[in-house]
Amino acid sequence: MTPTAQELSKIARLLRSHVIEMTTAAGSGHPGGSLSAADLIATLYFEVMNHDPKNPQWEDRDRFVLSKGHVAPVLYSALAESGYFPVEDLVTLRKMGSKLQGHPVRGKVPGIEMSTGSLGQGLSMACGIALAGKLDGKDYWTYCLLGDGEMQSGQNWEAMMFAAKYKLNHLIAFVDRNKLQIEGDTESVMSLEPLSEKWLSFGWNVYEIDGHNIDHILGAIREAKSSKDPSVIIMRTVKGKGVSFMENNAGFHGRSCKPEEHEQAMKELKGVL
Amino acid sequence: MTKLAQRNYYGKALAKLAAENPNVVVLDADLAGSTKTSEFRKVAPERFIEVGIAEQDMIGIAGGLAASGKTVFASTFAVFATGRCWEQIRLAMAYPRLNVKVVSTHCGISVGPDGASHQALEDIAIMRAIPNMTVISPADAYEAYAATLAIADYDGPVYMRLGRADMPVLFDEDVTFEIGKAKKLRSGTDVTLIGTGQMVSLCMDAAEMLEQAGVSAEVINISTIKPLDIETIYESVSKTGCVVTAEEHSVIGGLGSAVAEFLSENYSCPITRVGTRDTFGESGNPDELFKKYGLTAEDIRDAAELSIKKKE
Repeated sequence: MTPTAQELSKIARLLRSHVIEMTTAAGSGHPGGSLSAADLIATLYFEVMNHDPKNPQWEDRDRFVLSKGHVAPVLYSALAESGYFPVEDLVTLRKMGSKLQGHPVRGKVPGIEMSTGSLGQGLSMACGIALAGKLDGKDYWTYCLLGDGEMQSGQNWEAMMFAAKYKLNHLIAFVDRNKLQIEGDTESVMSLEPLSEKWLSFGWNVYEIDGHNIDHILGAIREAKSSKDPSVIIMRTVKGKGVSFMENNAGFHGRSCKPEEHEQAMKELKGVL
Repeated sequence: MTKLAQRNYYGKALAKLAAENPNVVVLDADLAGSTKTSEFRKVAPERFIEVGIAEQDMIGIAGGLAASGKTVFASTFAVFATGRCWEQIRLAMAYPRLNVKVVSTHCGISVGPDGASHQALEDIAIMRAIPNMTVISPADAYEAYAATLAIADYDGPVYMRLGRADMPVLFDEDVTFEIGKAKKLRSGTDVTLIGTGQMVSLCMDAAEMLEQAGVSAEVINISTIKPLDIETIYESVSKTGCVVTAEEHSVIGGLGSAVAEFLSENYSCPITRVGTRDTFGESGNPDELFKKYGLTAEDIRDAAELSIKKKE
């Protein structure tokens, strides 16, 4: 692992521990998918993206759209650790009066670009943002994180055709391919494979990587940036990554830890901090 | 009587915006020739975005463009523009209050021969129910032109419904449009006829018939259904004491519902709603359909007589 990746890996563990703290304090939320996406989110916010937490509306900033809006806890954690708002606010997640709504809301939280949470819509929104950049001759990048389960939604395939037609080469999508959704294995709920070939045939530049290997994430993004077409990075991940009893456990898609589970999870995450 | 199609004047207004406002972007879903967004494309092809037959995607893209500072118009037929992508409108434009204008053509039963699949009779109801939405339904082609320019200047989510067919002209070419402001078109003392869209013209015809029978009808054009101009309605109804609403839309959830909701909480008086009665349309020519589904000037006159009778 490169020194940069080592540093980002530490940040990812910090984000993971926030996710556990926040969802346990809330008594609900979606820790499983938050943990699988933590390495990417750390890499984007602390290395790749050109952004300014002191000026969230900076017009040349890179944009991030969280299509899988239910993993808001990991995004909120990255925003707080970047300096968009105080880290102490994180435990207000999902509580009455908090800006940290169960799913991200544009305008409520600095750094949130679009309201999401209803699956299947984020890629279209990201296409609109990328198109605006192209129309205005801007150089900013638009990143969009999709869940694998939400690839079952038809709107994504409409957006994939659109991005290819309009050659939105400053758009990079990521698929968090943890292979689990609420009802279980994605391939038994509604098969997605061969996923890479599908994106490829829709005109996208496709990478398939280990989504917990930060050097691979960085390398794929670097290569994607030289493409003339939109790019997708399909990340093989483990749902619940970083906490032994949550790994590959669909049960933790949409429930938080019980007190004893919380203690165990924090021990595992802090132990490697 | 001069008749003009609203969609043609939507196209003219878009062409003006194309020339004058470099911030406007127009999206369409394979129907530019029918919705007349093609007029925008002629002037500013680089800011005209064809999304294909993908209305849900269109609204998501519109939201993303608006979040990046664009004033976005997204058009297709009313059924697809509101029903196919209702939830996208809710999440990608209304909830974050983004500057997207969904402008649909081919609303109502006057779509005619295409039949029920293409006749939007529920669009006002489903758009009105979404918070932050402004809902507009101009009464003629000139008002549609003025409304297009007015909503381009308003920073927020809007739904505007327009008709396909030629319809009677009520206003002068230089008519102005203010969002949220109703227009009293005729003064009267016995009954208030509240119409929207091309039904306003039929309210005027009904008022003529009523006058022949010695009944004095006031006519109000509600071209903004949400927010509803309750002051104008209250002022009229407190004078006449009874109401008829008329819309080329279902009586469930549309203009009639909006007016009834206001009156039931604020001013109890008889109300009779003219609109389709919980039914789909069918193929036919518009005149035949208006007769069969109870949307003629005679139907409005009869409804007025019923409302007046209920006062006693």
